[in-house]
Amino acid sequence: MTAAASGDAHRPARAAGTPRYAPPVDLAELIADPDTRIVVCCGSGGVGKTTTSAALALAAAEAGRRVVVLTIDPARRLAQSLGLGELDNEPRRVDVPGVDGELHAMMLDMKRTFDDIVVAHSTPERAEVILANPFYQTLSSSFAGTQEYMAMEKLGQLRAADTWDLIVVDTPPSRSALDFLDAPNRMSRFLDGTMIRLLTAPARAGGRAGFKFASAGLLFFSRIISKVLGGQLLRDISAFVSALDTMFGGFRERATATYELLRRPGTWFVVVATPEPDALREASYFVDRLSAEGMPLAGLVLNRTHPPASTRLSATRAEVAAESVDDGDGAPAALVAGALRVHAERMTLAMREQRLADRFTSAHPEVGIRAVPAAAGDVHDLEGLRVMAEALTGPDDDTPTGVPRTRVLPARRG
Amino acid sequence: MSPDFPVRCHVVTGKGGTGKTTVAAALALALAAGGHTVLLVECEGRQGIAQLFDTPPLPYEERRVAVTRGGGEVRALAIDVEEALLEYLEMFYNLRRAGRALRKMGAVDFATTIAPGLRDVLITGKIKEAVTRREDGRRVYDAVVVDAPPTGRITRFLNVTSEMAGLARSGPIKTQSDGVMAVLRSPQTAVHLVTLLEDMPVQETADAIAELTEAGLPVGSVIVNMATEPALPAEDLVRAAAGRLTGADLAPGLTAAGLPEDTDLAEALAAEVVEHAQRWAAQDALRARVESLGRPTVELPLLPGPMDLGCLFELAGRLEEHLGAEVAA
Repeated sequence: MTAAASGDAHRPARAAGTPRYAPPVDLAELIADPDTRIVVCCGSGGVGKTTTSAALALAAAEAGRRVVVLTIDPARRLAQSLGLGELDNEPRRVDVPGVDGELHAMMLDMKRTFDDIVVAHSTPERAEVILANPFYQTLSSSFAGTQEYMAMEKLGQLRAADTWDLIVVDTPPSRSALDFLDAPNRMSRFLDGTMIRLLTAPARAGGRAGFKFASAGLLFFSRIISKVLGGQLLRDISAFVSALDTMFGGFRERATATYELLRRPGTWFVVVATPEPDALREASYFVDRLSAEGMPLAGLVLNRTHPPASTRLSATRAEVAAESVDDGDGAPAALVAGALRVHAERMTLAMREQRLADRFTSAHPEVGIRAVPAAAGDVHDLEGLRVMAEALTGPDDDTPTGVPRTRVLPARRG
Repeated sequence: MSPDFPVRCHVVTGKGGTGKTTVAAALALALAAGGHTVLLVECEGRQGIAQLFDTPPLPYEERRVAVTRGGGEVRALAIDVEEALLEYLEMFYNLRRAGRALRKMGAVDFATTIAPGLRDVLITGKIKEAVTRREDGRRVYDAVVVDAPPTGRITRFLNVTSEMAGLARSGPIKTQSDGVMAVLRSPQTAVHLVTLLEDMPVQETADAIAELTEAGLPVGSVIVNMATEPALPAEDLVRAAAGRLTGADLAPGLTAAGLPEDTDLAEALAAEVVEHAQRWAAQDALRARVESLGRPTVELPLLPGPMDLGCLFELAGRLEEHLGAEVAA
């Protein structure tokens, strides 16, 4: 966002080799800004995108906005606490006491979203044929990318409805954060692929020049497919492809339109990562991709960090002290030694996390960071979301140790 | 076939991030100990096995990645769906050239996209082939370990017959998937579930066990990965988890240990201990839930530092004990 970008511009140039510090991210300002209409939370699987999305949406509702959060695959208890039923493909209002705005939430039903598109883009008879086709059924429920594509489709629908002033989108759990951005293209590529063209060629070309070649290819393909897969399978494929044929234009158009939506002003991306090498590597790819696509990045949420409650005692000194306590005996000694070891472990972990964050910053010095400490248990209710929302949107330096929320440990002096 | 391992096909699954590739690799090492030959199979094209064993990316070819004591060895194979299809076409139809032409046309991509189940049939078909492969009348592999898709997809992945049933009601693919199912449903297969002591992975493990059982697929052990030990004596842990620990309880001991008097530091340490104890209490509650799943369970410790071959052998040692106990039981 702008604060991050200008913050960096005001920074004095540094000599090579001196550490760079990540600029802060003002998510509170971002979600309160009426010009912000869409916030997309991305990141690789298991980093806490869903909870981050829900917490941001809650914070936005608390800031007085009418917000809807589109979750993809929430943990059961979180879904329950948001009142998300499984049979629902529409937003429902969440009852949050003492909030100025409104919080609505929904869970994506991939198959139903797909069915709706089919129905919207064809005649009732044709839609019936498609919906009953076994290939459609596997494609709509398990095509790698259908979920991403349908999440985009749903986002487009929510935005078009214009009922909410802010839409927060969680992205599907995939190994790669890029899958979300690639889905519409992958779908188009699939629909434009040689095989689809071959299979639909007879119907399309209707005896014109291309027909001969196409049908030769098709014959060859059919022969092998029927030999290997059985004839009935081929008939199903052909029926499916020709039924879908009329909808291809619509599909492609929608995919392109939603993709464009992501580049419009008012859309912001929040990249979520845990302080682990794999998650940060994915975050790094994603940041590069956003910048290549000209899509605006709000910043990185470094989720589940372990900042120590005090940074005054180093890991080494805590270890040494623990050993000298061990020499004494009795239960209190074991407790004190244990406490010192807990602290030493915590410092070591925090150091590792800070090192990983620093590495990210040296590659992406302009990207702001907001570190969100790990909760002791799972976040599965509104109270837990409130705590997380506070960590996401609270003032940057308002922490018990005074360490800014851009970091896990204080910056080294000198 | 070695008599000490009635199970020969070990399928390892788990929620993303639970470390199933690491566990699969350690399990392969454990099974190879004592002179067995084990195949470790990767099916999602991530090259995670190559990274773990620090070798160049694996081709579609069985390569030795580790040797174990007693002359055992682990070979690894990264299954490539296109190659598996070509192999299948060649093996059963003598259609290798036609297969290449199909690939050029994008047919393979198309077929596996439009019917993801076909992909699974090809992968599981290759696994079955390795499990049952014989040379000179002897089994080539004493065991096959599969680094399988995550828990959310595992039942669909293994239950190929029903996955393909809607698509292929007869014909060679149907015959093929039936053959695969016969192996996967037999007692020589076990599906192991890797979990962490965290809410979602444990929940997914419970869900997957229910689904696998429903589908008639044999469930093996639950492997709790990255388990930690509490740093405090039990009674202090209970007190701290309840939040009844303050800086005053620690301050005298800290001064005695030679640290300067610092009430803030004592309070901070107490807060960290309380959090540690609460985290541990939450884990312990989940441990009880894992036990209630009624499967043989083994815990693997969280190892400090990056994962390397030494760590893998350490984890393998734990799994070996577990397997030994399983056979004895």
